[in-house]
Amino acid sequence: MLKKEEVARIAKLARLGLTEEEKEKFQRELSSILEYVEKLKKADTSRVNPVFSSIPPLTVKSGGELREDGPEKRQSEETENLVKAAPVSRGRHIQVKAVFE
Amino acid sequence: MSKMELCELTIKQAHQGLLRKDFSALELTRAFLNRIKRADKEINAFLTVSEDLAVTQAKNVDKEISSGEGISVLAGVPFCLKDNILIKDLRCTAGSRILENYVAPYDATVVRRLKELGGVILGKTNMDEFAMGSSCENSAFFPTKNPYDLKRVPGGSSGGSAAAVAANMTVFSLGSDTAGSVRQPASFCGVVGFKPTYGAVSRYGLIAMASSLDQIGPITKNVEDAEIVSNAIFGKDKMDQTSVELEPSVSVLNLEELRIGIPKEYFIEGMEKEVKERVNEGIGRIERAGAKIEEISLPHTPYAVPAYYVIVFSEISANLARYDGIRYGYSAAGDPKIKTLLDVYLESRKEGLGKEVKRRIMLGTYTLSRGYYDAYYLRAQKVRAKIKEDFDNAFKKVEAIITPVSPTVAFKIGERIADPLEMYLSDIFTASVNLAGLPAISLPCGKANNLPVGLQIIGKSFEDRKVLEVAKVLEKILK
Repeated sequence: MLKKEEVARIAKLARLGLTEEEKEKFQRELSSILEYVEKLKKADTSRVNPVFSSIPPLTVKSGGELREDGPEKRQSEETENLVKAAPVSRGRHIQVKAVFE
Repeated sequence: MSKMELCELTIKQAHQGLLRKDFSALELTRAFLNRIKRADKEINAFLTVSEDLAVTQAKNVDKEISSGEGISVLAGVPFCLKDNILIKDLRCTAGSRILENYVAPYDATVVRRLKELGGVILGKTNMDEFAMGSSCENSAFFPTKNPYDLKRVPGGSSGGSAAAVAANMTVFSLGSDTAGSVRQPASFCGVVGFKPTYGAVSRYGLIAMASSLDQIGPITKNVEDAEIVSNAIFGKDKMDQTSVELEPSVSVLNLEELRIGIPKEYFIEGMEKEVKERVNEGIGRIERAGAKIEEISLPHTPYAVPAYYVIVFSEISANLARYDGIRYGYSAAGDPKIKTLLDVYLESRKEGLGKEVKRRIMLGTYTLSRGYYDAYYLRAQKVRAKIKEDFDNAFKKVEAIITPVSPTVAFKIGERIADPLEMYLSDIFTASVNLAGLPAISLPCGKANNLPVGLQIIGKSFEDRKVLEVAKVLEKILK
């Protein structure tokens, strides 16, 4: 069973605030789900390459397209809509709390 | 035609009616808006009804019709979309409080295409939060009810879309499918649900859950409608580098030459007896109609659900990092008690995200973390390769694979919500398909205890048009 400190560590990595009650509940739930997926250990994956997607990886050689290497022209309305959606903004900038202490 | 009969029309019937001037596009749209006002009080399929937009779009189609210009088959046809598909200037919540008041700044590519063809948007439908769930009970707002039995779930996560089609509150709907989220609700609600090959439909404007698995797909009253909608939304899109152009149409299907595989691992213990019977009866009718049925094996089937969940948890933890209270959505930043940047993240996500979402983010963070990446994520992606190989081998012998969609009919609201694992097992017949990126469709094949049962047809990668062709033929046989 996952230790409570482990749950707290994962929550901090995931930037999720959890109550003490939630941490305990997650200890049990996460442990039981992780136990279920242990089933995967029984599969023989000795000489298999992982497949991360059902389509082949995109590269320029395989036909992937690159856009022009220059600034993209954007409508000012687009930018305004994006800034408007931010919870805290000032002028054309999104405002955040201090990044450095 | 009565108002109710207008709501029962298929796409082709609506189109013919508009051309013959039996009714106007505005009348057709108003019939649906009224039906939603009456029926949705009980069903709760809609999160947002876009009355003004729909009326404006319908009026534009009427102008086109009266000017004598030809109209496309989708012009004037009312439809709705799962609330994780962006429509410019409309609210888009993904079924979550963290996006409760978020207004989309652009149209998804599928929306742009359907708007260009004159489709009329009725509104946005309810879903499990961020598409995480198989019942619509994880919506942060309210559960949607199954039109066949209001005490039961419509399935999920595109439950609102499926219920809206089944209750005639729309002609068709768009949902999204990551492990069965279009096919399973379609089967629970007695309608058709199609998941295209991964890459066949652009994901631009679809709120991402698992980027290597998600696909948008239509939920419709019959296969012909699914084909019409699919043709409108298929296609390479420069805004989605994983999108691919499909091969053009196939030759006409000869049922006697069709070889269908039935995977023995899919007919297991734990299926409801009557569901198994309906699916087997369906297969029997298909065989008597001339198709060649043979048993095949997909040996890595028992690993599909655990592999799927490890992969989906991992991709979720990455895709949902953006909901941090900084650029959009619910934020704790304005709260005077919140002093630091870290607290903005912790508190915004604590308040805005639901239980199932948090659970999956936690699990994904764990499976991707140092020391566990190899044992979980990498191993799951290796198993994924084996699952894909199973299908590739099967498709050397057969052209289509038939399976059940769900081990059960629609379950009661509240019945499975206590144990997340029990809910995850709902995906047992559908998840492999997303792992392998194949096209698959759910068709109604009778009832068990008065509740709809679905049958799944799976095809080869990029043979979407063939799957739809096969489904059209089998639909007639199963009626």
